[in-house]
Amino acid sequence: MKNTVEIRWHGRGGQGAKSAALMLADAAFMTGKHVQGFPEYGPERMGAPITAYNRISEDPIRVHSNIYDPDYVVVVDETLLESVDVTAGLNPEGAIVINTTKSVDEVKPFLKDYKGSVYTLDAREISEKCLGRYFPNSPMLAAIAAISKVMTKEDFFREMEGSYRHKFAKKPEVVEGNLAALRMAYEEVE
Amino acid sequence: MAIRERLSGNEAISYAIKQVNPDVMPAFPITPSTEIPQYVANYIANGEMDTDFIPVESEHSSMSATVGASAAGARALTATSSCGLALMWEELYVAASNRLPLALCLVNRALSGPININCDHSDSMGARDTGFIQIYAENNQEAYDNFIQAYRISEHKDVRLPIMICQDGFITSHAVENIELLEDDKVKNFVGEYNPENYLLNAKQPMSVGPYAVSNYYMETKMAQNTAMQNAKQVILEVGKEFGEMSGRNYGFFEEYRLEDADYAFVIIGSAAGTSKDAVDKLREQGMKVGLLKLRVFRPFPDIEIAKALSNCKAVAIMDRCEGFRSKGGPLGAEVKAALYDYAKDVTAFNLIYGLGGRDFTVESAEEIFKELAAYVEEGKAFEEYRYVGLRGESYSIARTSKGVTSDVNADRA
Repeated sequence: MKNTVEIRWHGRGGQGAKSAALMLADAAFMTGKHVQGFPEYGPERMGAPITAYNRISEDPIRVHSNIYDPDYVVVVDETLLESVDVTAGLNPEGAIVINTTKSVDEVKPFLKDYKGSVYTLDAREISEKCLGRYFPNSPMLAAIAAISKVMTKEDFFREMEGSYRHKFAKKPEVVEGNLAALRMAYEEVE
Repeated sequence: MAIRERLSGNEAISYAIKQVNPDVMPAFPITPSTEIPQYVANYIANGEMDTDFIPVESEHSSMSATVGASAAGARALTATSSCGLALMWEELYVAASNRLPLALCLVNRALSGPININCDHSDSMGARDTGFIQIYAENNQEAYDNFIQAYRISEHKDVRLPIMICQDGFITSHAVENIELLEDDKVKNFVGEYNPENYLLNAKQPMSVGPYAVSNYYMETKMAQNTAMQNAKQVILEVGKEFGEMSGRNYGFFEEYRLEDADYAFVIIGSAAGTSKDAVDKLREQGMKVGLLKLRVFRPFPDIEIAKALSNCKAVAIMDRCEGFRSKGGPLGAEVKAALYDYAKDVTAFNLIYGLGGRDFTVESAEEIFKELAAYVEEGKAFEEYRYVGLRGESYSIARTSKGVTSDVNADRA
């Protein structure tokens, strides 16, 4: 079923990897796609490694297992590179994007000869610049949208703006910061 | 026009609850069903529905309060999972034997121990003999649709039994997926008002609920419950058909997926049926005649219908997401095999256990099992039955060929 794009998120509890997966599902849904966004739960606690998943397809999605052979991987926390096999099953024609201050060459030793594209992004810098605080999920969401092209740039920004305005209806002051973080991250990996 | 949305299973069933707007909902939180009372409480706080919400101190109390509200004449419901259902045990029987048509939204989760929050069916399967109707869902859409049909079935004058609407914990309850919702007025018209014939708050006709029954009367009440459960079969079909006319989505006792000409089939419940459908399609492309029966209604148990649907299969794998500790598989296996023994003796059936405590079940696992069924029939290879699918280490199993049980596989390996 390869008209389905499969994405795996690696993060730590509390960083918003699950929320980012759900927001990506939301945005893709709004562009007319069939979507799945779901977390894999272990014992829930702040800082523990967590995994979240997306399937995005033109057709209804019936499979309800985790994703073992993703097209794309997002690593929201670079400290996971040492303990989690983040490229396991990753499609060599796909890509991985990692939140880190390191260069692509510096992270490659952690990626087990992965043949596909490797992107790095300093989500902390972007987040702190645009939001004044460290929320890595918005920059990483923009990065995977740009890399995976599961929707057009115009669609992505239109839907994310709508989503943020809805989500932060009581805190409208954070909408612009989040959108700026998305734009900066999107353009950096584009 | 249907409303195109994306919701998790818990959001979907909460939305259905809002649209049905029952009278009373007592609840106590437990993962993964906690979101249901949470969403409903939000709807109530926002003035979108006017159900009386009762926060209680335990599941023993939530089912007791639901029983009390239902006996008083209210349309009542609660939600729970796993150990929460276990703590309701006593009241489940009270609800059923008093013929109270309340609803229980169950989000299936493993029972302790070890403590585990993920999906299997051991909670609801353990409650299979309580007298509740049990209906299961493959995805968020079916959970939503099943709840909208729930009171039409449970409150029917020929039935009057409590109903359990089940969905898979996390896999369905916490996964956001596309869904088609119905308009509020359509749902309200379909479900209708509840007008109980007998109820405690009817001052004109005083009655007693839950009295003592001496031995001379107790068995008759059980027979009456059983008759009601049998009657539920016809009602479930009628309600499912009427729901289909309204929504375009038809429901019966089970779904037959590419089963009509299938040589090899699964009998399976819940979200893993969707995963198995992908396996069926892949193997069909390779020319294998495979299919599956996804059981929706486990109580009442549609034994003749299942046996008939499987009667042309050469071999069947009955997939249990629950251990029965009879060393011969789980409860679904026992009941389907009993049905085949009575009505379709020629069908070979194996029972496998998968997915306990949330163990992932994949398309590849399903494909392998179908291929093993074919190898058993076409090449005379032994099939290891009663085994656990996807286990770390060795699984207890017994190998069977068409000539009979050959050996204990583990003894061979040793």
